[in-house]
Amino acid sequence: MGADFVQFSLTPILIGTFAAIACALPGNFLILRRQALIGDAISHVVLPGIVAAFLITGTLAAIPMLLGAAVIAVILIEAVKRLGGIEPGAAMGVVFTTLFAGGVLLLEQSDASSVHLDVEHALMGNLESLIWFKATGWESLLDPVALATLPHELPRMAVVCVLVIILMLVFWRWLKISTFDEGFAQALGIPVAALGIGLVITAAIAAVAAFDAVGSIIVIAMFICPPAAARLMTNQLEVQVWWSVFFAVLSAVMGYVFAGYGPLWFGSQNAVSAAGMIATVSGIVLGLACLYGPHRSRVGVGREDTAT
Amino acid sequence: MNPFFDALLLNAGYNAALVAVGAGLLGFAAGSSGTFLFLRKRALLSDATAHATLPGVGIAFIIMVSLGYDGRSLIGLLLGSAVTAWIGLLMIEWIARRTRLAEDAAIGAVLGSFFGLGIVLLTIIQTMSAGRQAGLEGFLLGSAAGMLYQDAVVIAIGGSLAVFATWLLRRPMTLVAFDAEFAAAMGYNVRRIDLLMMGLVVAVTVIGLKLVGLILIVAMLIIPPVTARFWTDRSDRIIWIAGVFGGLSGYVGAAFSASAPAMPTGPLIVLTAAAIFLFSLVFAPVRGVAAVVVRHHRFQRRVHRRQGLLSLSRAEPIREKFTLRLLLRSGLIRPDGVPTDTGRAQAAKVARDERRWDIAREIHQDAGLTGRYDGLTPIEEVFTPDEIRDFDRRLGPPVAVRGFA
Repeated sequence: MGADFVQFSLTPILIGTFAAIACALPGNFLILRRQALIGDAISHVVLPGIVAAFLITGTLAAIPMLLGAAVIAVILIEAVKRLGGIEPGAAMGVVFTTLFAGGVLLLEQSDASSVHLDVEHALMGNLESLIWFKATGWESLLDPVALATLPHELPRMAVVCVLVIILMLVFWRWLKISTFDEGFAQALGIPVAALGIGLVITAAIAAVAAFDAVGSIIVIAMFICPPAAARLMTNQLEVQVWWSVFFAVLSAVMGYVFAGYGPLWFGSQNAVSAAGMIATVSGIVLGLACLYGPHRSRVGVGREDTAT
Repeated sequence: MNPFFDALLLNAGYNAALVAVGAGLLGFAAGSSGTFLFLRKRALLSDATAHATLPGVGIAFIIMVSLGYDGRSLIGLLLGSAVTAWIGLLMIEWIARRTRLAEDAAIGAVLGSFFGLGIVLLTIIQTMSAGRQAGLEGFLLGSAAGMLYQDAVVIAIGGSLAVFATWLLRRPMTLVAFDAEFAAAMGYNVRRIDLLMMGLVVAVTVIGLKLVGLILIVAMLIIPPVTARFWTDRSDRIIWIAGVFGGLSGYVGAAFSASAPAMPTGPLIVLTAAAIFLFSLVFAPVRGVAAVVVRHHRFQRRVHRRQGLLSLSRAEPIREKFTLRLLLRSGLIRPDGVPTDTGRAQAAKVARDERRWDIAREIHQDAGLTGRYDGLTPIEEVFTPDEIRDFDRRLGPPVAVRGFA
């Protein structure tokens, strides 16, 4: 835990953790609202967004355009659902696969593939490469010169994470009421529709920022696995959110450690994909929760019902 | 001739023809077997299946290499991917059945974590000495360009088997898709049929991995059935319509990609399917957006015309602009708002039918027939001429309609 750790591992772990928390928080509500797969759809749509953004602006760091792509996708899904009278899952499937295909095609046709933008990068992210070059040890945390060379993903992800936390705190009561009893929320005068859209946009912000830093696998896994595992631990929303944050941090840290140091334990020289490992660990956490979580079975379903 | 038509007519060379035929067959198989998934409202299950194939590809490669074989054997990789896809599906089924989590959460969880595991395995393979040229990344987005004759044979045989299985299982699967409880009451084992349905999806996914890749095979399973749904309300037809759309997009998409260099096959197939979808969304006869708009306008005109005629018969002034325009255009009123002779006649008929309905409601106290009164259905469509004559008898002789004396 010396200088090497600070230089090579501290920033990726922090970025991964912030990304995991930022995705897991809105994920709690998405799961309860049966919109869990919105995260999946958004993360597929980010690829065409990033390609279009590159073709238009010439840079890869165009967060507003990515967000625009995500919002357009959500609108398209809604449009296909309403206009065609198609069930939400299928509408989602039609829209995000089409946009993804368009993104791949654009990518192959443009010069974007030459500037370190390819599909694999988009999927896997490059968490391992976000190292802090100037760091010489823990004391660098107090050194303004070294701090200035922090990978820019870290402050950005931290800001997004804080933003998501603030939004959750501000709209906590509204979100809670409208998630569990939409009719009651409407009767109270809560703008239910706007709140739903706001939630999806918050999720999109988290997804886009996380995608930029860590690739889309983490996004999909973190939207669902930690909140779903947390759902099996408790019947209280407040407690569930804390559990989901805990699981998200656990997955991010353990995933990174396993990916970076795990292969060394088996005598291999090379690290494996950290993003993939974080997603895997979150899946294992959920699996354990499904097997042993105290509130895993459905209320009102007896033992003999579940056995059939 | 231009290269696109060459490719369409299989004249663009041996390899292009192989890819086009293979993609067409695959599209047909995916479209027809994806239909049941769509009808059962589980379309996104295919997304999880597809992503869950990746760890299988990696594991199969590692096992084959460590046993001393060539790790790139397509059959071996596909077998491996089928195994993990199947495990993933069973996990989704288990989570949705045994825990309080909804199916969509289970789908997302399996999708994310299996795909993550697959990526981990891919990075391990990249560091293996045999893995540098493995080209397993091709499974992400497909690589039709390098398709060999034996790959095409695998697709052809597998696709035909999948279509045949769809045809065999169409009755139980339709029944389960529309009314699972009724199917259970009929003695079908719903769970087993669901598993068979998923097995079919796994088979198609695995067959298509090489050609279009695991992300875009989802599109071939979802888009054609959704498109076919616009064209028919009959479950026995939707399977084959979806198959035809799928086959068409596979074939045309592959031809497109053969006709232009550096055009990836998978995305073009998906975009062709999406184009057919968009066309159907707008122009399909009954469910399409254009048809809905036309229907809405017709309905609007009928309502306005009737309300206008009723107002004429009661000599009430009409202020609604659309109604006035409508009546004027059909020659029922003059530009100054005074009804023409046809207008009076039609207004009188509308008023008389209204009286007839009043009588009908007195005679038929139950709502069976009179319940069909919505102001627009002509009374002649609901009652027989005899009955209407009877109503007229009760109405008494014709009297002058107020305002037209």
